[in-house]
Amino acid sequence: MSGNPIDRVAEATPPAIANKVRGLSDRAIAWLFVGPSIVLLLAVNIFPLIWTINLSFTNFKANRLRDVEYIGTRNYERILTDADTWNSMQATAHFLFWTIFFQVLIGFTLAYLINKKFKGNDMWTTIIVLPMMLSPAVVGNFWTFLYQPQIGLFNYVVEFFTGIESSSFSMIGDVNLAPWSIVIVDTWMWTPFVMLICLAGLRSIPDSIYEAAECDRASKWRQFWTLTIPMALPFLMLAVLFRGIENFKMFDLVVQLTGGGPGSLTTLTSIDLKREAFEKWRTGYASAYAVILFVTVFGLASIYVKALNKVKER
Amino acid sequence: MSGFSVTEPSKRQKWIAGLLVITYAMVTLLPLLWIIATGFKSPEDAISYPPKVVFTPSVEGYVNLFTSRTRVTSSMEETLAPPETWYEEVARDAGTTIVGPSRYGQRFLNSVVIGFGSTFLAIVFGTSAAYAFSRFKVPLKDDLLFFILSTRMMPPIAVAIPMFLMFRELGLNDTKLGMILLYTAVNLSLSVWLLKGFIDEIPFEYEEAALIDGYTRFQAFYKVVLPQAATGIASTAIFCLIFAWNEYAFAVLLTSGNAQTAPPFIPTIIGVGGQDWPAVAAGATIFLIPVMIFTILLRKHLLRGITFGAVRK
Amino acid sequence: MKASKLLMATALTAATVSGANSAAAEGALTLCWAAWDPANALVELSKGFEAETNTDMSFEFVPWPNFADRMLNELNSNGTLCDLLIGDSQWIGGAAENGNYVKLNDFFDQEGISMDDFIPATVTGYAEWPKGTPNYWALPAYADVVGWTYRRDWFERADLQAEFKETYGYDLGVPADLEQLVDIAQFFQGRDIDGTTVYGAAIYTERGSEGITMGVTNALYNYGFQYGNPENPYGELEGFVNNAGAVAGLELYKELYDTGTPPGSSNWYMGENIDAYKSGQVAMQMNFAFIWPGVNADPNVGGDNTGYFANPTGPAGQFAQLGGQGISVVANTDNMEAAMAYIKWFAQAEVQAQWTAMGGASAMRAVVEAEGFADKEPYNQAFLDSMAIVKDFWAEPSYASLLLPMQSRMHNYVIAGQGTAQEALDGLVADWVEVFEDEGLR
Repeated sequence: MSGNPIDRVAEATPPAIANKVRGLSDRAIAWLFVGPSIVLLLAVNIFPLIWTINLSFTNFKANRLRDVEYIGTRNYERILTDADTWNSMQATAHFLFWTIFFQVLIGFTLAYLINKKFKGNDMWTTIIVLPMMLSPAVVGNFWTFLYQPQIGLFNYVVEFFTGIESSSFSMIGDVNLAPWSIVIVDTWMWTPFVMLICLAGLRSIPDSIYEAAECDRASKWRQFWTLTIPMALPFLMLAVLFRGIENFKMFDLVVQLTGGGPGSLTTLTSIDLKREAFEKWRTGYASAYAVILFVTVFGLASIYVKALNKVKER
Repeated sequence: MSGFSVTEPSKRQKWIAGLLVITYAMVTLLPLLWIIATGFKSPEDAISYPPKVVFTPSVEGYVNLFTSRTRVTSSMEETLAPPETWYEEVARDAGTTIVGPSRYGQRFLNSVVIGFGSTFLAIVFGTSAAYAFSRFKVPLKDDLLFFILSTRMMPPIAVAIPMFLMFRELGLNDTKLGMILLYTAVNLSLSVWLLKGFIDEIPFEYEEAALIDGYTRFQAFYKVVLPQAATGIASTAIFCLIFAWNEYAFAVLLTSGNAQTAPPFIPTIIGVGGQDWPAVAAGATIFLIPVMIFTILLRKHLLRGITFGAVRK
Repeated sequence: MKASKLLMATALTAATVSGANSAAAEGALTLCWAAWDPANALVELSKGFEAETNTDMSFEFVPWPNFADRMLNELNSNGTLCDLLIGDSQWIGGAAENGNYVKLNDFFDQEGISMDDFIPATVTGYAEWPKGTPNYWALPAYADVVGWTYRRDWFERADLQAEFKETYGYDLGVPADLEQLVDIAQFFQGRDIDGTTVYGAAIYTERGSEGITMGVTNALYNYGFQYGNPENPYGELEGFVNNAGAVAGLELYKELYDTGTPPGSSNWYMGENIDAYKSGQVAMQMNFAFIWPGVNADPNVGGDNTGYFANPTGPAGQFAQLGGQGISVVANTDNMEAAMAYIKWFAQAEVQAQWTAMGGASAMRAVVEAEGFADKEPYNQAFLDSMAIVKDFWAEPSYASLLLPMQSRMHNYVIAGQGTAQEALDGLVADWVEVFEDEGLR
C-alpha cells in the first residue's frame, strides 16, 4: 500500500462500485475531491509548521537583513527559563480555569432551566445567544469603555445592585480585579455557547428513562445526580474541550481589553508571543515559543479527547 | 395516567425557570443595548460623567462613522461654503467639516469579499473532501480527520509567524487573496467535519440507483448528493462566515490597508479629539446586523455548527 | 511529491493575482500616518497639492495604539501600501538601516531645502540617523511634545485658592516644579466641584503600546535619568538609567498615579486622557500638544476655561518627552516622483504656515519664530516653551525591544505596585543590556 492518503482512498474503494462508474475513475475523483483541501492544508498548516520548527533553532529576525545562524536549542532554553513565560502561562491557566468553571456552571444551569420548556423559551434562547455573535475584538474594546469607573456602565450597575460605590474600584486597573475583569467579559460572551451544548445534551436524554426512574420512586434529586448529570456528561466535556482550546488561543478580546496589564498580570501566552514575534521581531525566538505552545495544546487536547472517548463508551 | 406525563415540568417549575432565564437575558443584554444606545448619542453625551441613560438621540455617531472630518479653525471659517448636505450640517454643528469619506465602507466591503469568498471556497473544497471521506473507505480515516481538526487548535499568532514570512515571499501580505486562502484553510477543518456528518446521513442507495441509471459518479454527486445536503451546506456556510467575519488576529497581523477587514478597524475609529465612542458603537452595530439576521434565521442549526457536528439531533 | 508541485502552482497563481492587485492601486499617491486630528487637517491641506499637480491622493491613517504595529509590519513585509509615511520618530534608526526609507540628502540639496530652516530639536528627532550626523531620512512634518492643560476656571476660584494657600503655603497656579504638580493633583483629588467628584490629573498609563513610557519619562528626565553615559550610550547604563535621581522621579510618578489620578485610569493614553478632561473629571491633563487646538475649541472646557503649561522642572532640569514625526519616502514606492514632489511642495514656507493655521504644527522656524506667533493662540507660548526642552526615547533599530521591557517594568511598578522603583530600573538596565548584547553593540 502506498503511503499517499489519496491513493489509499481510491484503493480502498470497493471494486464493484469502481467498475460501474463511467467517465472519471474513482481514483481521479478521489484526487479531485480531496486534493484541493489537502493542498491548502499542506500550504497553510503543515508547510508553515515545518518552517516554524526550523526557524525555532535560529536567531532569525524578520525585520533585519543580517545573516541567520543556527543556535541549537538556545531559544528553547531561554524561553523555559524566562520568568515572563511562566507568568503568562500562569495568567493563561487562571483565565482558562475560571472561564470554564463559570461558563459550565451558568451555562448548564441555563440549559437546565430552558429545558423546562416554559412559554417563549425559544425566543429567549436566541436573545441569550447574541453576545457570542459579536467580534471579540470589538467586544474587548467596548468593554474598556463599560469598565471605566466614571463614564462606564459596569461600576454603576454594581453600585445599583450591591451598594459598593462606583468610584471606589476599577476592574481593569486593580491588581486583584484585573484577572477577573477578563474572566467576566469572556463569560458574558461565551456562556451561551456552553448553554447550547448542554441544552443539546439534556434534550438527547430520552423521556422513557425518567419515566422508569419515576416508577422506581427515585427522588427528583436522585434522578438529577444519577441520570441527568451522567447522561449529559459527554456534552459537558465537549463544551469544556471547545472552550479550553478557544481560550488557550485567546488573543483579541484580552489584548483590546487590558493590553496585558496591569503590569503583566493579564499577559496571556498569545499576547506574550505576539510581542516577541511582531513587536520585537525576534522571529526565531517566537517560533520556538510557538512550537512550545503547539506541543502543550496538542498534548493536553489529545489526553482530554482520550478521556472523553472513555466517558462516551461507558 | 392519560394526559399526564412525569417528565413534563409543573406550571410552577416552568414559571420559576422562565423568570430566571429572562432575568439572565436582561442582564446579559445590557452591554449590548448600551452599545446600540451609544451609537445614537452625541460624543459629549457618550462620555458624560456620570453616564447618561436618558439622552437626546443624535445621528452624529453614524455621520462620523462614514466620514472623516477636521476641526474648522478660525482661518478656515471665511473660506468655507455653507453646508450643502444634511450630513455636512451635522458635522458643522459639531464645529467640524467633512474632508472625505472614512475607511469604514471599504473595510466593510473587504469583510464582505473576504468573508464570503473564503466561505464559498471552504464549502466547495469542504463538500468534496467530506464526500470523499464519507463515501470511500479510507484507512486511518479517524487520524486524518483528527489531523484536519487539529489545525484549528493552533493559536493564530503562532500560525501567523510563518504565514507572515510566506506571504512576504509571495507578495500576499495585505491582499484579499491571501486572506481568502488563509481563512479558507482555517475554515476547512470545520466544514469537512460538519459536512461529513451531513453526507453520512444521506443513504448510499440513492447514489447507487443513480449510478446504475447511467450517471457518472460526478453527476451522481451533484445531482443526488448536493441537493440532499443543501441544509447542511447552508448551516455550515453560516459558521464559516461568522468565523471569517469576526476574525481579528490574522487580520491585524497580515493586513494593513488594502485588505483589512472591519474587526481590527472598528476599535480604532478615532474622531476629532479622542476615541469616537458613538462612531465605534455605530460601526459595531452595523457590523453585527448581518450575523444577527443569520443567527435568527438559522437558530435551529446553531448547535450542530458550534460543536463541529459532534452533536446530532 | 505531487503535492509540492501543486503547492508551487497555487503559489504562482497567487503571486500573479496579487501582482495585478497592486497594479490597480497605482496612480494615487498614498500617504500613511497616525489617525488623529492633525491627519484630518493634512487631508484638507493636501487638497492644495492635488489641485496644483493634478495628483490623486489617498490616505491611510492608523490610530496610535496600533500605529507602530501596523506600519512597521507594513515596512517589514515590504508592503506597497504607503508611498509617503509620516512615521514615528523612534522608527528612524530601523527604517534607515533596513533600507525602508529613501535617504533625502541629495534631494534636499537639489531642491534647496535646508534643515537649518527647521527647529534643531525636530531635525535631530525626526530626520537624522545616526543621531547628530547630517544624514536625513525625513523632513520634519509635525512638531509635538508632551505638555499639560489645566482647568483655569477651577484654579481661579477664590475659595479654592484660599484653601490651597492655607494647606500648601503657596498660591494655586501653574506649578513651578513637578512636586507642586503632585500637590495640586492631590488637592483636587476626590474634591466636590459643582456637585460632581473630580480628580487631580489624567496621566499616561497605557500598557499595550508606548503610553506609560511616554508619560513616566517626563518625571524621569527631570530627576536625573539618562539613557546611558552620553560618551558610551550602549556600554554604560548602570548609574545612568537607575541612578538615585531616576528612582526619585519614578517614585514621584507613582505617587502622582496613586494619589492624584481618577480611579480606573490604569490603561490610559491620549484618547482616554482627552475624554477624562473634556468630561470634567480632572483638573489637569498630561497629553501631547496636538490636542490643544481641540481643547481650546471645546464648548465645555475650551476658551478661557483652560490654560496650558510646559512640563514643570525638577531637581535635574526641565525636559519634556518629544513627540512628533517627520515625513519620509518609502523605498518600496512605485510612485517616487510624485512622493518627492509632495515633499518639495510641503517644505514651502507658505504651505507650512497654512499647515499650522489649519490645525497642524509646523516645525519650520519661519513659522514658529514669526512675529506674533506666540500670542496668536492661547497655547502657542506653552508649545514654544515645550519644544525648547525636548528629549526623546531610543531611536535604535531595536527600539521596540527596548520599549517593551520599559512598558512592562514601568507598568508593573507604577500601576500594579509590584516591587520598588529601584528594582524596576535595575531590571530595566538588565533588559537593555541584554538587548544591546543581542545586537552586538556591547
